[in-house]
Amino acid sequence: MIRVLNWLDERFPVRSLWNEHLAEYYAPKNFNFWYYFGSLAILVFVNQVVTGVFLTMHYKPSSEHAFASVEYIMRDVPWGWLIRYLHAVGASAFFVVIYLHMFRALLYGSHRSPRELVWILGCIIYVLLMAESFMGYLLPWGNLSYWGAQVIISLFTAIPWAGEALAEWLRGDFVVSDATLNRFFAFHVALIPLILTGLVVIHILALHVVGSNNPDGIEIKKHKNENGIPKDGIPFHPFYTVKDLFGAVVFLILFLGVVFFMPELFGLFLERANFEPANLLQTPSDIVPLWYFTPFYSILRAVTYPLFGVDAKLWGVICMGLSIGLFFVLPWLDRSPVKSIRYRGWMYKTALTLFVLSFLILGYLGLKHPQDTDLVLFSNLAWAQVFSFVYFGFFVLMPWYTKWDKTKPEPDRVTFK
Amino acid sequence: MDDRIDNKRRRLLTNVAVAAWALGGTIAAFPFIRSMTPSARARAAGAPVAIDISRLEPGQMIKEEWRGKPVWVIRRTDAMLQKLAGLGEALADPDSERSEQPAYAKNAHRSREPEVLVLIGVCTHLGCSPTTNFAIGPASGLGDDWPGGFFCPCHGSKFDLAGRVYRNLPAPTNLVVPPYKFLNETVILVGEDDGGTA
Repeated sequence: MIRVLNWLDERFPVRSLWNEHLAEYYAPKNFNFWYYFGSLAILVFVNQVVTGVFLTMHYKPSSEHAFASVEYIMRDVPWGWLIRYLHAVGASAFFVVIYLHMFRALLYGSHRSPRELVWILGCIIYVLLMAESFMGYLLPWGNLSYWGAQVIISLFTAIPWAGEALAEWLRGDFVVSDATLNRFFAFHVALIPLILTGLVVIHILALHVVGSNNPDGIEIKKHKNENGIPKDGIPFHPFYTVKDLFGAVVFLILFLGVVFFMPELFGLFLERANFEPANLLQTPSDIVPLWYFTPFYSILRAVTYPLFGVDAKLWGVICMGLSIGLFFVLPWLDRSPVKSIRYRGWMYKTALTLFVLSFLILGYLGLKHPQDTDLVLFSNLAWAQVFSFVYFGFFVLMPWYTKWDKTKPEPDRVTFK
Repeated sequence: MDDRIDNKRRRLLTNVAVAAWALGGTIAAFPFIRSMTPSARARAAGAPVAIDISRLEPGQMIKEEWRGKPVWVIRRTDAMLQKLAGLGEALADPDSERSEQPAYAKNAHRSREPEVLVLIGVCTHLGCSPTTNFAIGPASGLGDDWPGGFFCPCHGSKFDLAGRVYRNLPAPTNLVVPPYKFLNETVILVGEDDGGTA
């Protein structure tokens, strides 16, 4: 065994890669619950790739056969239902995990210097993930697949001058059609997963250069022992590999519970209107995007007034783009001297609470009809407008409230709470 | 052998190589980008479609497909037509100045013949197909003064019975009227008018 390893090591850096990223990668010893979601994201990604490959063996990317081939997978392919449900529920689980992973960064300041690049790479991964799931959602060629794609591609028509041509180029036709389905299949199974894989590797490599943040938001590299090892660091393997394996087991229990007993999650993970084939003449009456897009969808719908000679349609698209784009500049909006929420004052705590609330409420409103009243007093549209302001306020006002906020002194060494 | 390096020459050669690759790369990208535009088959698939409206009752609508899009034909009643005139203030583009329609449909009723309305049933906001809501008043669920029209379930845009969009809603312009002509009293040809095929 050792001889094989030696033979390999002379030709490929097996040992040094293992050591650099696992056995001798020193992570802070005070990781808590919130630090599960990075490794869980990798687990879900692997699930998507494996189940995706097996779905591809039976799925037919053509507008004529797509819907039937998905039903064929569900009914006739041995265990096909399980593979498809793992993939479909996996998509939603991916976003659950990624949103919690991002929230962890906002809690402990993981996006801030020196980890800005790690954060930006993560944001790019997030945007690509949205593209990946959006394109994957067209493939079953259900009615909601069809009209969802129609709406999202039409977003590009809001761009002045080039918009119409750009939308036509993306569709490969004048409407969403067979050509669109075919290219979405190509992007969904080949191009985007390939880029995602590369970006995930770069995301982790960049993280391992600067080192992991921790719930105290302080740098463990400030205190090293005589061997140059951070005093508050422990080797990732075996300490955190074991912790993450435990987390993965708990996650799998919950995940498989959904897969086995409620794979549609009451129409939230697999929407009802998608159980009928695409109908070019009939938009489903309750068209909504999948739950993980609804906060941004709410913001899109909330813009109903033209401003500065630009019509509401373009403003809606701009605001929706900004609601995602602002994440990229977050490290530079935050002016607080401390990183972790543990040492921040009431202003950031309030702002973050309001932001999470607005995200959740916008997400809820995005599933409802805009003119109805599902909350109190005002219509869903009015509430969406209010919470869009709250959402943007978190970003736009951040340079001020983080500067004025009264912070507590950070500890010198990491703590356990 | 001379060990000196001619940096000037090296930089020139590097720059030339980079420039050649940039140019070549741009040219090489063209066929790939172009291959994603609508194919010859997709372009040819836009044949006009004939719609028989002999059995279309007043106040009713039929849907057909033209170029993959829903086309609506509505036979409006006199009561429906009378309501159109009074809506001007509430509409975003009452005279269809900014909207898309053939010249013969740029009038108060947006059609060749007042009763028969032909529309592309695609919201000008983000391409959903609006639903019909011909009920009047509270029964429509769209307010007590709703005069009947169309409602887009995606983002809440409302249109009157000439396909004109109401103010302060996401859709920027009125529903599009396709080119069409009457082949005879009861058959409409959508996709072609006297100006030729659209």
